[in-house]
Amino acid sequence: MTDAAPAKKKRKFELDPKLAGYKGVWVFVEHERGQVHPVSWELMGEGRKLADMLGVELAGVVLGEPGEQTRRFCNEAMCHGADLCYLMADDILKDYRNEPFTKGMTDLVNAYQPEILLLGATTQGRDLAGSVATTLQTGLTADCTALTIDPDNRSLAATRPTFGGSLLCTIVTLNYRPQMATVRPRVMAMAERDASRSGRVIEHPLGMVESSIITKVLEYIPDAMQDKPQLAFADIIVSGGRGMKKPENFQLIWDLAQVLGAEVGASRPVVQAGWVDLERQVGQSGKTVRPKLYIAAGISGAIQHRVGMDASDCIIAINNDPNAPIFGFATYGIVGNAMTILPALTEAFRQKLAAVKKAG
Amino acid sequence: MHIVVCIKQVPDSAQIRVHPVTNTIMRQGVPAIINPYDLFALEEALCLKDKHGGTVTVITMGPPQAEAALRKALSFGADDAILITDRAFAGADTLATSFALASAIRQIQKNMPVDMVFTGKQTIDGDTAQVGPGVAKRLDMQLLTYVSKIVAVKPEASEIVVERRAEGGVQLLKTSLPCLVTVLEGNNQMRFANMPNMFRAARHPLKLWNREEAGIADDDIVKIGLKGSPTVVSKVFAPTPKSERAEMIEVESGDPKDMAVTVLSKMFTRFPAVEKEIAKRAR
Amino acid sequence: MNEKFDAIVVGAGPSGNAAALTLAKAGMKVLQLERGEYAGSKNVQGAILYADALEKMIPDFRDDAPLERHIIEQRMWVLDDDSFVGTHYRSEGFNKEPFNRYTIIRAQFDKWFSAKVQAAGALVICETTVTDLLRDEGNRVVGVQVDREGGTIYADVVILADGVNSLLAKKADFHPELEPKNVALAVKEIHFMPQEILQERFNIGEEEGVVIELFGKITQGMMGTGFLYTNKESIAVGVGCMLSDFKDQKTTPYALLEEMKNHPSIKPLLAGGEMKEYTAHLIPEGGYKAIPKIYGDGWMIVGDSGMFVNAVHREGSNLAMTTGRIAAETVIDLIKEGKAMTAANLAVYRSRLDDSFVMKDLKKYREMPEIFHSNRQFFTTYPELVNRSAHTMLHVDGVDKKTKEREIFSSFREKRSLFGLMGDAYKLWRAFR
Ligand SMILES: Cc1cc2nc3c(=O)[nH]c(=O)nc-3n(C[C@H](O)[C@H](O)[C@H](O)COP(=O)(O)OP(=O)(O)OC[C@H]3O[C@@H](n4cnc5c(N)ncnc54)[C@H](O)[C@@H]3O)c2cc1C
Ligand SMILES: Cc1cc2nc3c(=O)[nH]c(=O)nc-3n(C[C@H](O)[C@H](O)[C@H](O)COP(=O)(O)OP(=O)(O)OC[C@H]3O[C@@H](n4cnc5c(N)ncnc54)[C@H](O)[C@@H]3O)c2cc1C
Ligand SMILES: Nc1ncnc2c1ncn2[C@@H]1O[C@H](COP(=O)(O)O)[C@@H](O)[C@H]1O
Repeated sequence: MTDAAPAKKKRKFELDPKLAGYKGVWVFVEHERGQVHPVSWELMGEGRKLADMLGVELAGVVLGEPGEQTRRFCNEAMCHGADLCYLMADDILKDYRNEPFTKGMTDLVNAYQPEILLLGATTQGRDLAGSVATTLQTGLTADCTALTIDPDNRSLAATRPTFGGSLLCTIVTLNYRPQMATVRPRVMAMAERDASRSGRVIEHPLGMVESSIITKVLEYIPDAMQDKPQLAFADIIVSGGRGMKKPENFQLIWDLAQVLGAEVGASRPVVQAGWVDLERQVGQSGKTVRPKLYIAAGISGAIQHRVGMDASDCIIAINNDPNAPIFGFATYGIVGNAMTILPALTEAFRQKLAAVKKAG
Repeated sequence: MHIVVCIKQVPDSAQIRVHPVTNTIMRQGVPAIINPYDLFALEEALCLKDKHGGTVTVITMGPPQAEAALRKALSFGADDAILITDRAFAGADTLATSFALASAIRQIQKNMPVDMVFTGKQTIDGDTAQVGPGVAKRLDMQLLTYVSKIVAVKPEASEIVVERRAEGGVQLLKTSLPCLVTVLEGNNQMRFANMPNMFRAARHPLKLWNREEAGIADDDIVKIGLKGSPTVVSKVFAPTPKSERAEMIEVESGDPKDMAVTVLSKMFTRFPAVEKEIAKRAR
Repeated sequence: MNEKFDAIVVGAGPSGNAAALTLAKAGMKVLQLERGEYAGSKNVQGAILYADALEKMIPDFRDDAPLERHIIEQRMWVLDDDSFVGTHYRSEGFNKEPFNRYTIIRAQFDKWFSAKVQAAGALVICETTVTDLLRDEGNRVVGVQVDREGGTIYADVVILADGVNSLLAKKADFHPELEPKNVALAVKEIHFMPQEILQERFNIGEEEGVVIELFGKITQGMMGTGFLYTNKESIAVGVGCMLSDFKDQKTTPYALLEEMKNHPSIKPLLAGGEMKEYTAHLIPEGGYKAIPKIYGDGWMIVGDSGMFVNAVHREGSNLAMTTGRIAAETVIDLIKEGKAMTAANLAVYRSRLDDSFVMKDLKKYREMPEIFHSNRQFFTTYPELVNRSAHTMLHVDGVDKKTKEREIFSSFREKRSLFGLMGDAYKLWRAFR
């Protein structure tokens, strides 16, 4: 990603014949503790589109310990749209570690030569992508929000926010292969699962011994589940911003969320003021969410907040300033004091729920 | 113990504006700051120095103005500072940046072995989190990303134990020095410089390294700057509003209760899925 | 070991920079302390730079200073609620180099100025606030204390260039608490506007700029004025009134500026702009009579901190630079002559200022603040009358001009007695004399 370089005019472009052999779109299937990270299936949906545009195959890449589970991940990859799966199974790959995963991934790339390699912009995906791209000496575009194929030259056009989210830029990797990109969780829609799909699995050995690997995992401490908000996958989110004025007022957000069984989100100033945990921050430097319903109270709708939530199906915005930017993209806008609107909404939802209950 | 901290001077993105007509960035008057994440890295390095003794060297690759960032780092307590600056570096992407930084660190190593390299988690302008891993690979150092806590460092045993943020949990990792650590935010707060350090920072003779001094041979010019960057920005543009303006809920009474009822009924009509979702919760 | 300098300059505004630059150029060991993140980071100015004062120190400043536009046109508008009567003075003479006045953006300008100070050899340390002055047994100022650990620093002389609300000068009892009637509170906004639109709107070329002085009902009867300047890609618009008036009237400066921006004559000039920055700042406008003691044993005061602002002509930064330079020259001369920085020796500073335009101008207008304070009709009745007269004369309705003249005269008489009118004219004449 070249932020200092001026945007170039599109130029006529001939791919180096040595690179012409690189074909196919790959998606890294990331997993931890027996769970595939949902971003992998989001990427699979996107990868399918890219592969179809190029008329090539879509492959999943699974690295893990030998056994039933990793096989199952390969199958899942097919169900989510892959045509085939590359599998590297070795005990060394039980836990994610940079060194063996980088070696595994680069070996696979060198052996099977994909033109595009996509990874989730997670702590694992970013750790791996950066190392793999450097080892392969190729370009990597981080944190993309949109991917497409440039019809002029068949290259991957990756779009990402730049300059604190105030602008977007599209980045191409012309004469290097594979073209790599990471994509943030929840930015893209998840692929539909089709249980009837299947495909071939190509196994490849890692070729390392444990004693040659310097970094050891001593322990994995899972996050305490109960108090970890699961914002990214919530279907309803109630968020508050600086317009809530006081931490005491933020209780109104919690009240509504409780009635709705919703997660609580917040804008950055609220997080920085310490009213809620960092985990609850929605936006560019927080979580990207795509709930069915997002209620935003006292949030101005700055671009950095917006990029984290404007994929929500329905947005209700409450703000006392009729010119607040959030009204420019919300679904419904209510101009008024959040301190009085929120309780009214809470009550209205409560009645709705009561009505549903009564109706059985 | 010798720790090299990579810092970058970035425009304070909170103050960046986009020209409404030409859609270009208006950098004029936007203050430059040390990438906030790099301050966590620097403070972590200074804490280790407090504990174990040793030397902290800060480096940055950037234009001459980046001197201000280095001086600031010195005022916090860094011992030495190197500005890697050369026109040939302009337009570097992360691959080219990591090449230049790695090369400079190798030069530093010639004078004093480096035990650890610290970087921030990511920058707020490039925002890629790739430079750290890139430098580690090039220096063939062990890589520890997203480190939320340095649990223990044993310089005699050349050993380090850290907590690394992973998806859904924390990995406790042990590795050997030298290694590269990308430091996660929020562990510490940058100290307030004392006056003697302020004087020292203002007077410190800064090292300016050009391409050759950073150890990059003529043959390697193709690996730095614009030439060494596989990625090319093909277009910069302002996000176009995806949707139309919100439908404003107005009721004659102006009563919040009526507004709430109105918005719910409109929403349930247009978004049956939301109604279903809410109905689920009644059970 | 505590550090010791020939001179410490507190503050890196125009006055501090002028002092530090002059001292450093003469080879003095100078320390300049600034509490902001960098010179200019906290500074506000409507932003007209008068070339002369700067030229005396940096003759070739035009080569690299961040200048926005040189002024080729000065407008003076007297407004009532929905109209204005104005004079415009535009001259090709202003388009001849070297230009005399420029618009600047202080944050950038101060940074540039500070770089010159550093290049001249002064040690400049920012993000450091001077919290107190150090004194010896004889009550002589011998250095400063800053807000950092190990922050005791000595010097032969301390120059206070810390701006209008000089807490140090107050703390040290060098000057009394600011009186609300002696300071104006000004608020200013910068509105971004693409260069092309701006130039078309103000009928100016690439580098040319316009100043509009606003006077009249926009200040709602308070003593003050408004202004509008064109920068390269933005417009600075602001209004300032005496602090005492804001207090009495219970108006907020923000509300005042909002209303001013919505005046039908001003609104179209700002249309389509994007507000980038809002700032508020005090301006010492007490004039000659409010100037405190400006030197003593081991200390001097320069710039706003010494109340050196010519409110009538809206000059401040040039007085700041000039006082800073003269203070520094005084110090240099004393050091050369091997004399101590005693009050008696530093008195030369005051006499040199008396001989300069600084004191002469301030003295000339010494009655002005009083007159405006006690004659509110200048801000209410007159603007209204003037506008009404213009309207009456220009509105064609079949009434003969003679009758119209009589109407105008009688409306003046209605609002203000003949004696009052004559008295006002006399007072103004006295003040401007
Ligand atoms: C690099 C970078 C990354 C960032 N990342 C994020 C991020 O991840 N997430 C994020 O949220 N921000 C982020 N920001 C900050 C972002 O730019 C905005 O500053 C922030 O989103 C504003 O939060 P806000 O809307 O709560 O506060 P404000 O902008 O202060 O808005 C408060 C709103 O509340 C309204 N209001 C006031 N009183 C009431 C009332 N009584 N009733 C109803 N409404 C009221 C006001 O009209 C106003 O619109 C980032 C910024 C930068 C530079
Ligand atoms: C809205 C407005 C419009 C104006 N328009 C004009 C105009 O068009 N033309 C003109 O010539 N003048 C104008 N002026 C006046 C002009 O800005 C001032 O006269 C001038 O800035 C005074 O310079 P100074 O160096 O004395 O003070 P300042 O510029 O105020 O600088 C003082 C510096 O000292 C620092 N400081 C303060 N206390 C401490 C401390 N304890 N320790 C360390 N540092 C400290 C401050 O951070 C600051 O940087 C205007 C003023 C305002 C407010
Ligand atoms: N030009 C640079 N000079 C020094 N360090 C840098 C530079 N660019 C990036 N870094 C370091 O690499 C980290 C990650 O940067 P990025 O990959 O741009 O998000 C930053 O936090 C810095 O520590």
